[in-house]
Amino acid sequence: MQPDSFTYWRLQLARHLRSGLRRPGDIANPLVFFFMVVTLFPLGLGPDPKVLATLAPGIVWVVALLSSLTVSGRLFAADYEDGSLEQMILAPQSLAISATAEVLAHWLLSGVTLTVVSPIFATMLNLPGQAIPALMLSLLLGTLCLSLIGAIGAALTVGLRRGGLLLSLLTVPLTVPVLVFGTGAVGEAAKGYDPSAWLALMGALAAGGLVLAPFAIGAGLKISADS
Amino acid sequence: MWSIVHKMGSPPWFYGFANMLIRWLLPLVTVALLVGAIWGLLYAPPDFRQGNSYRIIFIHVPAAVVALAGYYIMAFAGLVSLVWKIKMADTAMRAVAPVGAALTFIALFTGSIWGKPTWGAWWVWDARITSMLILLFLYLGVIALFEAYENKAAAAKACAVLSLVGTVNIPIIYKSVDWWYSLHQPASIKFTGESAIDSSMLYPLLLNIGAFYGLFALVVLLNMRAELVANHRQSAWLLRALGE
Repeated sequence: MQPDSFTYWRLQLARHLRSGLRRPGDIANPLVFFFMVVTLFPLGLGPDPKVLATLAPGIVWVVALLSSLTVSGRLFAADYEDGSLEQMILAPQSLAISATAEVLAHWLLSGVTLTVVSPIFATMLNLPGQAIPALMLSLLLGTLCLSLIGAIGAALTVGLRRGGLLLSLLTVPLTVPVLVFGTGAVGEAAKGYDPSAWLALMGALAAGGLVLAPFAIGAGLKISADS
Repeated sequence: MWSIVHKMGSPPWFYGFANMLIRWLLPLVTVALLVGAIWGLLYAPPDFRQGNSYRIIFIHVPAAVVALAGYYIMAFAGLVSLVWKIKMADTAMRAVAPVGAALTFIALFTGSIWGKPTWGAWWVWDARITSMLILLFLYLGVIALFEAYENKAAAAKACAVLSLVGTVNIPIIYKSVDWWYSLHQPASIKFTGESAIDSSMLYPLLLNIGAFYGLFALVVLLNMRAELVANHRQSAWLLRALGE
């Protein structure tokens, strides 16, 4: 008997979450990378708390963007290598459904964990405490956008031998609005203003991406599997 | 109407069609570019505040306009190639990408030269300039993806998906960067209402924009024809056509 689309999506999500949780290193490494790159900024710019506080929204967001893109590069690699990708394509359910499940699982393990630990980095960079809620909310929504955009790039490059740098070339220009809205929200909140307009834009971006990106990811995966 | 679409899928027919278009476009574009350059650089009046330095507008604006339109043309060719699987659409996409990237670079470069006397700096992080820079990155991404695939048909499909994603994203990027910061003068030409530019400068500018569109079409057609010849160098129809 065939499962209906929602059951199929739920099973896919559970499978990806389970396989992700069995490799805790893959969850921890991006966070360590994030931590290390954040450390480079005070070393490069000097430890003046005032300077760091003004730069903190930008630093946290740029580093989040970079670490998110690095992780999403290998998003479909395991599926491509072990043949799961072919099975997902052959399944009667749309490839967009399994792609959504995979990206969501990835986001829950990478984006959400990054959001949870982000107050630590923000405090180390002397970001005012009043900006922390805006930072966390913008990161929560923004990393979902970044996972979706990264997944489009990963789907298009999964079959290529030198995909790594190419992936950044494809996806960095597409992530510009995420960065602008994210730093906008955090910067606004740090100055004591209301960041809700920027957060609403970020939410719109996440909602739109969640609707449209799975089709591009599905199309990309099909092209990669065919070639 | 549909017959021309069906014919587009046929390389021999397209080869003849491209040859015919190139024969017409070449003299037309040459004359338009020459007249546009002479009119804009010698006969249009100098600007009240910027003096003669504004004359770079006759290259800067046409290049920027066609560069942006080029991305949409490329994405449209990609859509046609994905939906109707017309072979020439793949070739068109591949031919547009480097031309569009070059035009974007020209727009940025001339803008930088224009910025020095006007704003006092070679480069400012203004909204429109930054959007154009990101457009250049988008073009370079498509070109890099084309190069990375060994299978040409798959490369064309992958680039079609990427350029369609870019098409959805460009207005968002444009708007987000606009909210981020703006220093650039607003657009002077409006299709509805009064233009903010005098007709003595507007007409040569419009002529130059038309000439750049023609140049774009000409270079894209030349690129497409070159790729057609490279792909079909052993085909009988091509040898016959060349033997004429």
